[in-house]
Parts: sequence; structure tokens; C-alpha cells
Amino acid sequence: MDIASLQTLAANNDWLAIMPELLLGCIALALLALEIILPAKLHSRLPAVALLGVLALLVFQLLGFTAGFVESESFNGLLVHSREGQVMRVFFLLAALLVGVIGTISLAKQKLPHTEFYHILLVVTAAMMLLVQSNHFVMLFVALETVTIGLYILVSYFRSSPLTLEAGLKHLIMGALSSSILLFGIVLLYGVAGNPELTGHTASAMNLDSLHAFLAANRHNFLASVGIVLVLSGVAFKIAAFPFQIWVPDVYQGAPTPVTAFLAVASKGAGFLVLLVLARTFSPYAWLLAPVLTLMAAATLLFGSLGALTQHNVKRLMGLSGVSHAGFLLMGVVAAGTQSMAIGAIYFYLFAYLLASFAVFGVMALVAGPDDADQEISHYAGLAKDRPFLALVLAIGLGSLAGIPPLAGFMGKLFIFIAAFKAGLYGLLTVAIIGVVISIYYYFSWIRAAVFSSSTLPDGDATARPALTPVSFTVGLVLGLLAFGTVLLGLYQGVLGQWLNTR
Amino acid sequence: MSNLPFDPLLLAIAIPLAVAVAIACGLPKRWSIRLAYVGFAAPALMALHTWFYFAGQTQVHGYAYLTNYSTGLDGIDGLGISLKLGLNGISLPLFVLAGLVGLAAGLYAIQSTAERLKIYLMLLLVMQAGLMGVFASVDVVFFYLFHELALIPTFIMIGIWGGRDRSYAAMKVTIYLTAGAMLSLIGLIALYVKSGAPSFDLITLRQIIAARPLGETVQNNIFALLMFGFGILVSLWPLHTWAPLGYGQAPSSAAMLHAGVLKKFGLYGLIQIALPLLPHGAAHWSHTLAALAAVGNVLIVGFITMAQRDLKQVIGYSSVMHMGYAFLGIACYSVLGAGGVVLLMVAHGLSVALLFLLATSIFHRTHTFELTEMGGLAQKTPVLAAFFVAATFASIGLPGFANFWGELTIFVALWQFSHCLTVIAVSGVVISAVYGLRAAAKVFFGPPTEAFARVAAQHPPSDLSWREKIPALILLAALLFIGFWPKSLSTPLDATLRAVYAAPAAVSGK
Repeated sequence: MDIASLQTLAANNDWLAIMPELLLGCIALALLALEIILPAKLHSRLPAVALLGVLALLVFQLLGFTAGFVESESFNGLLVHSREGQVMRVFFLLAALLVGVIGTISLAKQKLPHTEFYHILLVVTAAMMLLVQSNHFVMLFVALETVTIGLYILVSYFRSSPLTLEAGLKHLIMGALSSSILLFGIVLLYGVAGNPELTGHTASAMNLDSLHAFLAANRHNFLASVGIVLVLSGVAFKIAAFPFQIWVPDVYQGAPTPVTAFLAVASKGAGFLVLLVLARTFSPYAWLLAPVLTLMAAATLLFGSLGALTQHNVKRLMGLSGVSHAGFLLMGVVAAGTQSMAIGAIYFYLFAYLLASFAVFGVMALVAGPDDADQEISHYAGLAKDRPFLALVLAIGLGSLAGIPPLAGFMGKLFIFIAAFKAGLYGLLTVAIIGVVISIYYYFSWIRAAVFSSSTLPDGDATARPALTPVSFTVGLVLGLLAFGTVLLGLYQGVLGQWLNTR
Repeated sequence: MSNLPFDPLLLAIAIPLAVAVAIACGLPKRWSIRLAYVGFAAPALMALHTWFYFAGQTQVHGYAYLTNYSTGLDGIDGLGISLKLGLNGISLPLFVLAGLVGLAAGLYAIQSTAERLKIYLMLLLVMQAGLMGVFASVDVVFFYLFHELALIPTFIMIGIWGGRDRSYAAMKVTIYLTAGAMLSLIGLIALYVKSGAPSFDLITLRQIIAARPLGETVQNNIFALLMFGFGILVSLWPLHTWAPLGYGQAPSSAAMLHAGVLKKFGLYGLIQIALPLLPHGAAHWSHTLAALAAVGNVLIVGFITMAQRDLKQVIGYSSVMHMGYAFLGIACYSVLGAGGVVLLMVAHGLSVALLFLLATSIFHRTHTFELTEMGGLAQKTPVLAAFFVAATFASIGLPGFANFWGELTIFVALWQFSHCLTVIAVSGVVISAVYGLRAAAKVFFGPPTEAFARVAAQHPPSDLSWREKIPALILLAALLFIGFWPKSLSTPLDATLRAVYAAPAAVSGK
């Protein structure tokens, strides 16, 4: 390769286009450097530095800092900057910010270093932002592995708890397995697409666009379909879809609450974005994709709802109910095969899910005791009497997750249902209805514990509940905003709705 | 003053909601109660105002007071969801009903001795806002959304202020009603998608479907979804079991609002949306619906009601039974039948709310709902007895009360549909007379039972206070007013029904 071609390649490296990701990485490194430089008594300020940095990036992103790069490629087709990517950047920055805020609550209850937690959080967030903009299997895999490896560490961050260690181990083994499945699928696709005997074979089969062109020319290649199924399986692990959801309850319970929230929202959101991109790439194989995803969606919905029914630990409950949310979103992905409005519906659902989930996880972090894995529904008894504000936030969050109007979650489900109906997925809709009714039961039992029952047992003793953490001003403000946002988005879909409309 | 400088429909929704928010923000108790009066009175005043000036209003597409508020989803190629408010002849009577029952329930709640009164009033106000919104919405999504807004407080109120089995009742009611609501939601989405309409608002839906009616199979399927979905919400037999349980446990004002108004959502949905838009579906399912309603709701539930020993259960079951008449009127699929159903909905809403109110007042004097442990209360509380007997007469359908016109119209319409069912339905009146009068007799007349004599010795019962009398009077006055002058409601109702039902009638060849 001569100098001139290297120069043309380098000219395509638009570093400015990935400024938010670069800055996140810089902040992450700066955190580590500051910890070395600053005296120990100032170390408690470092989380605030990280959060302010993320907040600043969020504001820049909302102001259209990188809007000029939309609809362009950079790094020789490794990345494609789309409007979806812009919105998802906001999604991940928001998620990182909220995880950070919840992290300040949970980390305060443990004797562990704080700075590293934020460092890894920021790196993983940057990787997620790159992941959803990648247009090349190499880029996609590297970004995905950065996310996964970061999460391995975060999941087992409370290393003194045996349940956390168990969660970390399970996550590591299952994650490594799924990565290898994904990689195997990618390699198969690469090999098939590079086969010179096939029409439309391509030398750059890692590029999603050229792969799409190849698949369109060979619509019934057996090896390619095996590759597609393997790649989908790898992604299904990330979004916790059936039958790759088996790790969820244990990992969600053992992981620190902020990390559980991160897994439940950001990791799942990233997974769905990748799935959408891949579904578009694999669209010539709709004959394979549609039945596989439909079955997956139905099984995921049912497994999540039924599994959550019997849970008493709220983290496991959130995990399994999250599985059923993945089922709803998968229904949207199936519908997106024929209905473009389904894509907008998925985004709306994700944002509604983000607001509601973080409201619930925030309250969970406040209610949790020193043992982060031990969070039972019975601990919530009498919350409405002791802390009416927390009970209100919890009720709004859970109500939105259950899809009760006029909260945002309802509108999300409504859009997905409309899309699914337009796509003619009547069977899936039936399953979804059953899922909604079951989900009302378990979310409502939680609300019932918090609102209706009292914290004292009939014989006058107080239930064994860890002492409630006092709510600081920042945390109260964040929780209030999340609850307010959930109500507002349910009544006025405004900005997000306009964006949906223009799709 | 026929044209207000503001939108009365929006205010009727917004004022109770604003008061609820104010109370939630931590208003002191004295001010909360004062504001609550405003919150309950405003919707009632708005409702009466719109009723009084309805005839003089200019109507756009058959709707008076039509206004549109954007929520950001009504763009050119958007989903076509926006907050569209308006009243036609079908929704006007129910809007008035919601205002009046809401006022009565609110006044009764303010004088009650409920624990945590502030939260109780706040939830009732949210419910009231939702109720006004249901009947003022022209947009189908908001119609559904307001229904749920009113439904959620019901669950919470049963769960917190309910009777002995409140936890079980709250759970059962929640699951049943959610299942019903989800089925009807899918039905409504199906209607929107299959019609290909660019908007969820009823006016557009009607126009599009009138120009291009849906296929027969599609209509049958969608109507089934709506019929059973709404049917669960209105306690269609055999999906009615949540109703007596829920009403038995619910605190009085919640039961008044739910049984009186919110339950009518399903019937209203069938008359306003399902029948005119799906004439073939309605014809296809009419016999199933009629049979379920006549045999299940009227006869079977009628006999079950006769066997009840608990006053609140009697009222709860009787309201399930009266819904049978409403379903029969819908099954007739005629202007006459639908009109009768609307009249019956208003009348039943007023009378059942009055009965729940009085039942609670009786409980405060007898400390039990067991009919076998009461008796002779009339000697101590003649006014309460008079109210209860009047409410029972209304509920049976005696002339002079609004219920009479509703039932009579339905029976006339039903005669054209099926003679046999008419006989069953009319015999239901005898059943309801038996249990209604028996309940009144057991509570008020005859010698006092031993159990009641003991209670009366400890707490000498006093007659109705003015604070209980005023809400009761509001409901009774409305019953009598409509009973003596049904035309005040039936004129706009008839005009709308004729217009709305004209197009589909031509299609289905009826």
C-alpha cells in the first residue's frame, strides 16, 4: 500500500464526527489521572466531575454539536452517522448520567473505590455510542466487545458479595459464549460472501452495505442463513431474548443496582439498535428473519411475564420483566420489516422505558440496605407512609412499565401495537395482550406492597427493612424529573413525537 | 352567555385535575377541602351549561363545542392523535351524568370520615377529570386514555379504603378490567388500521368508513374484540364476577363514580363507535349478545341477586343485572334501541350512585350490611327511608323516574327484534322489584331485629344530615327531572342517532 492511498484513507477519518465519544474517553482517562494527582480528600469530588462532563456532552449533543455529520460516512465506511445514531447518542448519555447518579447512592454504601466505576462507565458508554453507528462487522464487534468487557467488570464490582461474584462469573461465561457465537456467524457470512463462485461476491463482506448487496443476490444460501441465525443469537444474548435470557435473573440480582439499571436500559437499547441495523442488512432473508424473530418475540414475552410472576426479589423481578419488555421491542423489530413507523415506535418505547426504569432503579437504590443483592418486595411495605415522594415516583415508574395510561409506557406500547397491527402480526398481538395482563399482576403487587400495606406487622413489630437512605437534593430532583418526564411524555409526545412523525 | 370566553369541556377536565395536583403538592387540609368543592362543582356547572345551551350551539360535523389541541402526533403523515374535544347528542347526556354524579360523590366524600381524606379527595378528583374527559373526547385514543386515567384511582381506592377483602378485590378488579381494556384497545387499533384512516378522531373515521365500509369478516372480528373487551368493562355475563366483589369492597364515593359513570364507558364505546362503524359485525353478533344479556345478566344474575344477604352485594348485583337491559338495547341495533340505552345509562347511573350513597349512610347507622341483622330503621330515620324507597322505585323502573323511559324504550325496540327475549326481559322487572322491595323492607320496616336493637341502643341512629342529604337530593332531583321531561335529553340524542346511524343502516339494509 503506497503513501498516496494511505493519505486518501486518512482523509476520510473525520475525527470531529466522533467528538462526543472521544471526549467521553478523555474524561474517563482524566478521571484516572486526577485520582493520581489530587490529594485523597478531593477524591470524593471525582464522580461529580464525571457526571458534569457527561451532562455537558449531553447538552452539546442536544444543541446539535455533531449535526453536520448526519447522513455521512466516516472512517472509510466503518461508521455511518444517521439521525438514529444522533438520537441514540442522547439515549446513552442520558443513561450514563442516570447510572452515575444512582451509582453515587449505591457506592456510598460500600467500601470500594469510586473512580474506577465511573471510568469504566464512561468508556462503556462511548463504546455503545460507536456500536450503534457502526456499519462494518469489525467495528461492530470491537465496539460490542468493549461494552461487554466493561460490563464484566461492572457486574462484579461489589466484589465482597458472593452473589455478585456469582453474577460476574455467570455473565462472563455466558457473555464469552455469545461473543464467540456472534463471531462465528460473522466469519461464516464473511466466508460465504467472499466465495468467488457465487454471484455478487464481494471482497469487503464485513461492510454491512456490501453484505446486504451480496445477500440480495443470493437469497437462499444455506451457509449464509446459518451465519445469520448465529449472528442473531449473539445479539439475542445482549437483549436477553429467549432462549438466551437464562443468565438474566442471577446476573441482575447479583450486579450492583446501578449496573443492573445499565444492563437493563443501555445495554438492551444498544442491542436493539444493533438488531435493527442487522435486520435491515439481512432483509433479503426476510423468509428466515420473520419466523425466527416472531417465535423469539412470542417466547420472550411469555417467558418474561411468567418468570416475573413468582419473584420476590425486586432485582430479579426487574430482570424478568425486562425480558418481557424485550419481547415487546422484538415485536416492534418484526413489524419494522414491513412498517417503517415501527422503528419510530421502538425509539419511543426505549425512551419511555429509560425514564420509567431509572425512576424505579433510583428508588430501589435508596431502599436497598448494605447488602445490595438482598432487595425483597416486602422491604417496600409502608413506603408510602414513610416516604410518600419515593412511593409516588415508584408508582409512576412501575405504572409506566406496566403500560398504564396516561404514562409514557402506554404510548410506547400503543405505537408498537399499532405498528404490529399494520404489519398483520395478529398472533404476536394476542401473546402481547396476555403478557400485558400478567405484567399488571406483578407490577401491581409491588405497588400494593409500597402503597397499601403498612410497615408494621400485626403484632406491632416493624418489618425487617434496611434503613432508608436519606434523599439528597440532586437525587430528589433527578427522580422528580424522571417521574415528571414519564407523565409528560404520556400526555404530550411533542418533540419525540415530531421526530417519530417525520420518519 | 351562551358562548363562554373559554372552552367549557377543557375546563371541566382541567379544573379537577389542577385541584388534584395542588392537593398532591401539599396544600393544607382546610384549603384542600375548600378547593375540592371547586374541583367537584366546576365540572357539574360546565356540564349543566353545555346542556342548557346545547341546542343553540353551531355544530361542526355533528359536534358542538368542537376544539382541537395538538399533542405533537397530528402531523400530515403522523399517527393522527390529538386531544379533540366535542359533544354530540350521544355524549351530552353522559357528560351531564358524569358532572352530576361526580358532584354528588365529591360532596359525599368531603363529609365522610375517611382516613387520609386529602389523598382520597385527590384520587376522586383525578377520577372525575378522567370521567369528564372520556365523554368529551372525540379522539379514540384520548377516549381510551381518559378511561384509564379514571380507572387507576379506582384500583387504588379499593386497595386503601376498601372493606375486609380489599387486597383480593383490588387485584381481581385490576386484572379483569385491564384485560377488558386491552381487548378493546386492540379492537380500536384494528378499526384504525383496517379503515386506513389518517387519524384516530371519530369524525374522520366515520367519514372514511362511510365512503369505504370494511369487509364483513373484518367487521365481525373487530366487533367481537370490542364486544367482549367493552363487555368485561360493563360486566357482561359470565365476565361480571369482578363487579359485585369490587363494589362490595370499594369505598362509597368510588363505587358511586365507578358503577354510576365509569362503567358506562363500555356501553358508550359500543354505541358511539362500534355500532355505527361496524354494522355487519353488530348484526352478526347481535344474537349472541342478546342471548348472553337476557339469559345471563337478566335472569341468572337476577336470581343471584334475590339470594343475596348483604345490602351492598344486592346493589352490586342489581347493577350487573341492569346492564343486561343495556346490552339488549344494543343488540337491537336500531335508533330506538340505542336511544333507550343512553337514557337507561343516565338513569341507572344516577339511581345506582344514589343507592350506593344511601347504603353507606345506612351502614353508618346499623354498622352492618347484613340484611338479616337490620329492620325497623324507618321509625328512627324517616327521611333516609324515603330516599331509599324512592331510589329503589327508580331502580325498578317505576314511571316518573328516568329509568322508566330507558327501559320502556328498550322493550319497545326489543319487541321488534325478538318477542321471546322481550318476555324474558320484562320478567326481569318483576325480579328486580322482588329483590329491591325486599331489601327496602328488611332494612326499614318490620320490627327491629335483636342485633339491630343492640346497635341502636349503643349508637342511637340519627336521620340524614344535610351534608348527606344534599348529594342525595342532587341525584334524586336529576332522576325526577329526566323522568318527567325526558325530551330534554332525547331531542339532541335522537338527532345525533339518526344522523350517525343513517349511513350504516343503509349499508346493512335494515
